[in-house]
Amino acid sequence: MTKAPAASKIQMPLLIVMAVFLVIVMPLLNVTGHIEDFTLNVWGKYLCYAIMAVSIDLLWGYTGLLCLGQALFFTLGGYMMGMHLMLMIGKLGSYNSDLPDFLVFLGHKKLPAFWEPFYSFPFAALMVFLVPGLLALIFGFLAFRSRIKGVYFSILTQALTYAAALLFFRNELLMGGNNGFTDFRTLLGANLREPSTQRVLYIVTAVLLVAVIAGCKWLTASRFGLIQRAIRDSENRVLFSGYATANFKLFIFVICAMIAAMAGALYVPQVGIINPGEMTTERSLEAVVWVALGGRGTLVGPVVGAVGVNALKSWATRAYPDMWLLILGGAFVLVVMFMPKGIVGIPGQIRDWMAKSKNRRENKKESDVPESEGEINES
Amino acid sequence: MILPLSKAEETVKVGVLHSLSGTMAISETSLRDILLFTFDEINASGGVMGKMIEPVVVDGASDWPLFAEKAKQLLDQDKAAVTFGCWTSVSRQSVLPVYEEKGGLLFYPVQYEGEEMSPNIFYTAEAVNQQATPAVDYMLEEGKKKFYLLGTDYVYPQTTNLVLLEYLLSKGVPIENIGGGFTKDDEGNIISAGKYTPFGHTDYQQIISEIKQFAASGDACVINTLNGDTNVPFFKEYAASGLDAETCPVVSFSISEDEFRGLPADQLVGQLGCWTYFQSIKSEANEKFVDNFMAWLEKSDVPGIVKDDRVTCSPMVLSYVGVYLWKAAVEQAGSFEPEKVMAELKKGISFDGPGGTVTSQENHHLTKNVFIGETRANGQFKIIKEYKDVVGEPFLKGTYK
Repeated sequence: MTKAPAASKIQMPLLIVMAVFLVIVMPLLNVTGHIEDFTLNVWGKYLCYAIMAVSIDLLWGYTGLLCLGQALFFTLGGYMMGMHLMLMIGKLGSYNSDLPDFLVFLGHKKLPAFWEPFYSFPFAALMVFLVPGLLALIFGFLAFRSRIKGVYFSILTQALTYAAALLFFRNELLMGGNNGFTDFRTLLGANLREPSTQRVLYIVTAVLLVAVIAGCKWLTASRFGLIQRAIRDSENRVLFSGYATANFKLFIFVICAMIAAMAGALYVPQVGIINPGEMTTERSLEAVVWVALGGRGTLVGPVVGAVGVNALKSWATRAYPDMWLLILGGAFVLVVMFMPKGIVGIPGQIRDWMAKSKNRRENKKESDVPESEGEINES
Repeated sequence: MILPLSKAEETVKVGVLHSLSGTMAISETSLRDILLFTFDEINASGGVMGKMIEPVVVDGASDWPLFAEKAKQLLDQDKAAVTFGCWTSVSRQSVLPVYEEKGGLLFYPVQYEGEEMSPNIFYTAEAVNQQATPAVDYMLEEGKKKFYLLGTDYVYPQTTNLVLLEYLLSKGVPIENIGGGFTKDDEGNIISAGKYTPFGHTDYQQIISEIKQFAASGDACVINTLNGDTNVPFFKEYAASGLDAETCPVVSFSISEDEFRGLPADQLVGQLGCWTYFQSIKSEANEKFVDNFMAWLEKSDVPGIVKDDRVTCSPMVLSYVGVYLWKAAVEQAGSFEPEKVMAELKKGISFDGPGGTVTSQENHHLTKNVFIGETRANGQFKIIKEYKDVVGEPFLKGTYK
């Protein structure tokens, strides 16, 4: 606890530098031709992952709720946006039909009723938040009311994701089955295949990432954040002090689901495909690994982890297609073994290590001084 | 020091986009291997238009958004003249917009559902009428009157079975003789035919008992479009129930020699497969191809390459002929420009491959021979029927009346 202010002091300038770089410098370099359209587009994808990672950290690092279903909310958000994008293809699909290709494929003659309202962008945008939010609300209400905690909560979220993935794989759901949605053309009239559209999408993603981090920063610094961390550290004490912890947890769970869903909605037009493979348990676990790797309980950590791991994956699948899993796995092992606080914890670790070795040297010099003195000085 | 420069001038970059990790790696890695073998073979005989092929291998990792990213990378950063890749329909559909947007060229080698003809993709793959309908023809010739349709729930089986339904009806098979069930829309039109299970399904007890009932008359067969390892529990349950290739044969479209390496072949003896190539084809071209590939494997220093118990199969051969067709088209066009290469392919180029002569068609598909094979305990097929020069036709729905 006492270390929190010190950590945020280092984080603040880092956050500002990161924000300026992502929101302003990267797109400018792209316009001047120093960064390829491809690179910017890939970074747009990384930043969507980063937003999801922040939402996981808010749950896990700050509230102590390890949710293994965050990819579900991410994908649901993506599907809601995908439905709108599918309808915007219009007659440009391979069957020149108003229906999405996969429905023609399955022999449908008219659009299912629940697809109809997705012609409207505002409706689709609302659904991006509403559907995952509602699911989180219902699931969270049931789980937290029954005081499901710790590993049991994690397992339940995992089961929820798995069930949803199985459901979405089925063609009867009329959501594209295994293939999902692809071949998008326009968003709000802008051609998605134009580099300029992709640049705008990148900028929107970067701005939202910064906004989400700023929002989380404000939230965690508030009284609410204090209760949040208190729940993480000792929920029973908070409960005995008269706080309805279930409501706090429910609130944060729903907020995080909506943050992840927003990231998913931005992800789909940039990546160009959404399918149930994205909501499998592995995906959620992968995202948890990014957070752990970057450093949980910090807001920069998840961003560093998500961008770092995915950039490494992009690079290694091209440079070492046969070995990249080993490289990635090796990196995970190294971080877990030697950097318990993740990548952003390295400076702190080095400082601790230097302080320790300094102590040791001083202790050696004046061996009659009691060891505890060094520690008193430090605090 | 001049050497690397001149080398760079004389190579052409060619993308290889397959999953080398994840669930599809077991099938797709073989295609990477055969492609590298083909490139070496072509380079040894002078390359393409005097340029050596420089393969750019990337791993799609069975991750469909990653396929799209890798496709963009191949086209934007590596400026690959052509890409050979994809196995699943979803991976192809994931990269399709990328190739169309950036004007690239992709060769797709695996049997698929059709209903597609992208200007930027050449499909060396089997179309539905080069696999499913010939198999049904064979079954009809054998006197089978009842057809049970079973598949994994995704686009390829769904579409194939809808086409087969129309085909069977056009051949005079009454609808009550088509098993697996139908799904109808509000107006009573059939939108799905056959029985479907999810990927990785393991419980086939109920389905098998349904098939047993269906096959009680002794003139039934099963059309199997199950994909991957879910075939193991299916065939296990099938054998346990007392059904066999005599009473109710199963013809499978997704099990080739390569898949047999992971399946208990002894349980599948006598069952049928239908492809445009089998390793057991007896021809000089095929023997040479198989020998050369095995010799190449022996010497290969690709990290992690599997050297033991290797086989050749249809998707591998269709990758192989794809590279040679591309080479011929480039040399005819005198250019690596995808648009010009495609124009030459559309004019019709023939190549004598291990499965016989294939000819590229105007509709981006191939004319090739179709074979029906019977499974043997050693994981190979005994060829029992050959259909010569079947024209690949992607758009089949609604054509059989």
